[in-house]
Amino acid sequence: MDNQTSHLVVSPVPHIRSALTTQRIMLNVIIALLPALIASTVIFGLRSLLVVAVTTASCVLFEYLWCRIRKTASTIGDLSAVVTGLLLAFNLPPTVPLYLPVIGAIAAIIVTKELFGGIGCNFANPAIVGRITLAVSFPARMTSYLYPKLLMDCDALTSATPLAVSDQRLSLLDLFLGTHGGVIGETCALALLLGLIWLLATRTIEITIPLTYVGTVAVFSAICGENVLYQILSGGLLLGAVFMATDYTTSPFFRRGKIVFGVGLGVITCLIRFWGNMNEGVSYSILIMNLLVPYINRVFRRTPMGGGTRK
Amino acid sequence: MNLKSLKKLLSGGGVTVPHHKDTANYPTEQLPLSAKIVLPMSQHVGAPCEPCVKKGDHVYVGTMVGKAPSAMSMHIFSSVSGTVTEVGPIMYNTSKGVTVVVVESDGLQEPDPSIQPPEVHDRESFLDAVSMSGIVGLGGAGFPTDIKIQPKNLNEIDTLLINGAECEPYLTTDNREFLECPDSILSGIRACLDYLGIPKALICIEDNKPAAIDLMTRKTAEDDRISVCVLESRYPQGAQNVLIYNATGRVVARGARHTTVGVMMLNVTTVSSVGKYLKTGMPLVTKRLTVAGDAIRSPKNLEVPIGTPILDVIDFCGVREEPQKIIVGGPMMGTAQMDVNYPITRQNNGLLAFGAKASEKPNATACIRCGRCINSCPMGLSPLAIRDAYVQFDADRLDELMADLCIGCGTCSYVCPAKRPLTQSVTLAKNFLKSKRNRGKN
Repeated sequence: MDNQTSHLVVSPVPHIRSALTTQRIMLNVIIALLPALIASTVIFGLRSLLVVAVTTASCVLFEYLWCRIRKTASTIGDLSAVVTGLLLAFNLPPTVPLYLPVIGAIAAIIVTKELFGGIGCNFANPAIVGRITLAVSFPARMTSYLYPKLLMDCDALTSATPLAVSDQRLSLLDLFLGTHGGVIGETCALALLLGLIWLLATRTIEITIPLTYVGTVAVFSAICGENVLYQILSGGLLLGAVFMATDYTTSPFFRRGKIVFGVGLGVITCLIRFWGNMNEGVSYSILIMNLLVPYINRVFRRTPMGGGTRK
Repeated sequence: MNLKSLKKLLSGGGVTVPHHKDTANYPTEQLPLSAKIVLPMSQHVGAPCEPCVKKGDHVYVGTMVGKAPSAMSMHIFSSVSGTVTEVGPIMYNTSKGVTVVVVESDGLQEPDPSIQPPEVHDRESFLDAVSMSGIVGLGGAGFPTDIKIQPKNLNEIDTLLINGAECEPYLTTDNREFLECPDSILSGIRACLDYLGIPKALICIEDNKPAAIDLMTRKTAEDDRISVCVLESRYPQGAQNVLIYNATGRVVARGARHTTVGVMMLNVTTVSSVGKYLKTGMPLVTKRLTVAGDAIRSPKNLEVPIGTPILDVIDFCGVREEPQKIIVGGPMMGTAQMDVNYPITRQNNGLLAFGAKASEKPNATACIRCGRCINSCPMGLSPLAIRDAYVQFDADRLDELMADLCIGCGTCSYVCPAKRPLTQSVTLAKNFLKSKRNRGKN
């Protein structure tokens, strides 16, 4: 080795970094969403796959175009737009006309994410805002659920989500496997649980929020005399609890804050489900709690070691 | 996994880093003498030494070449015998000049004839002896040991903690100290306990050093005052406040010294060097280094005369590829070097050389607010919030976030998936807060 050392790299500590990257985290979420994607294709047919493809492609495209217009480096490589696209698609019925996902993608990517500063700066989960925008703007289109092809020969028949059906005629097994009407990604509880296991195994998320959210719904339902398992397995609860409420940017940092967040989600969901005039409360509860996250983070902080007393 | 470590895992704090301790079983080898050694006059915390030799003087191994100008400093001794060829400032690639004493070795390594074991019979003579030993905090801090062992509240100290955690990846010098010099360690500990009047000592070792734990447990079995405390291998286990908490459950208050909770903490190599000095009277003139990194052909543990240029150490171990980044210390907290002609100083314990791939700077992207930096901070700080407050120069908010508690361990930058330089941000914030406070006082 020579003693001419002008080429030496000098940089601040630490000199080693973990292998985990933003892209890897997003890839883990995408992998966790794959079982639900496969299940939806089996249950609803290729049409649902088409909706997913259009939604995801438009989310990525809008992010790319935004970066081009702003003349900044493209951020689509971090795969977060793919995650948003998949989640938004999972919140759409398989029958939607294909211009709906495009509108939803604008609301999610441009309005909720990029206008507020891009990844890490969104005030609410982009996919949730996209879904709510569509649900408010196109209520009929957004609730015309396809009855699973698996059970019926015709594919034009629409049915309501189980939560809208008062006589609870679906069996728990149907609910668990997802062979009933609903939006693309929410119906198959089994697939969503597989995704949850992947997210936990890769330490992408902590169990706290899904557990407290679903737990609160269970307790609240039991108190109100509702069928607990039916409430947990139907609607978008599991999809919301595992994938939407655990978004880093819009959930609290600390465990105590996460518990409050999860309980709040559960209470609002049940209030809307039992006494509201909508069938489904998951997306609104997540939106409301998203807005409270900065305050939760302020209240529930960790006291630094030695910070309790001062000399 | 026991209940305590499970609780620790749930509460976060710290991070599991890859150990890379491949050199753990490599016995220490002697580095051949360099033609000349360079002794910077500042190899410690405190005032730089004043050279007490002049050009042309003959020095022996252990001859004092730099005299401490005040109590908060530590003498510096020659590590070779030979002739002083240069005294004065020298320019390296670093921005400012450093005062150095350069000694050309005569290859004889004659010890200074005046050296004899110090006479120690009470506290005062013990402290005097340590102040002449050239020993500073050898874990990397470089705090003069004679100051460290005489805190104002010495009578309140009930535990001597020996820091052998060695939580930095790659480094195995403390591990070798345990395995090669257990008796020096124990005699150093016993001297501290006897002369300073401390009732007990805990030797803290991370559980990735089973041989050291086993040996020290056997060696201390008969001694009621000294016991071994096994700690989980979790970075930064060896950080002062973290180790005190994990070993004794005591919390050092914000802004307070660690002696306020009744503990004194010494690095294992420091205490071992005290033991060796009491026995021989030879001041600290050599230092064990772990030389490793992916650019090094044969990683080694080396005993290096203090003042040996980095280049000579690397050449002895050979390079696999041209090193692009050279770090003195460990990869988490060590300093990247600008100049390979710079010498090894006494507080160094590792020399790492990395090739092109490992030296690439990661590309920082936007924060995704995942909270990993917060949940892994061993001090319970919020690096991302501190960074946000710093870019707005909000001193009040930084004070509220207690940015001054940061120990600079690097965990936040390590875990960040967006590869943001959080440790650097928090360090800047900490210094900003400190300057703001000092200005407030005036």
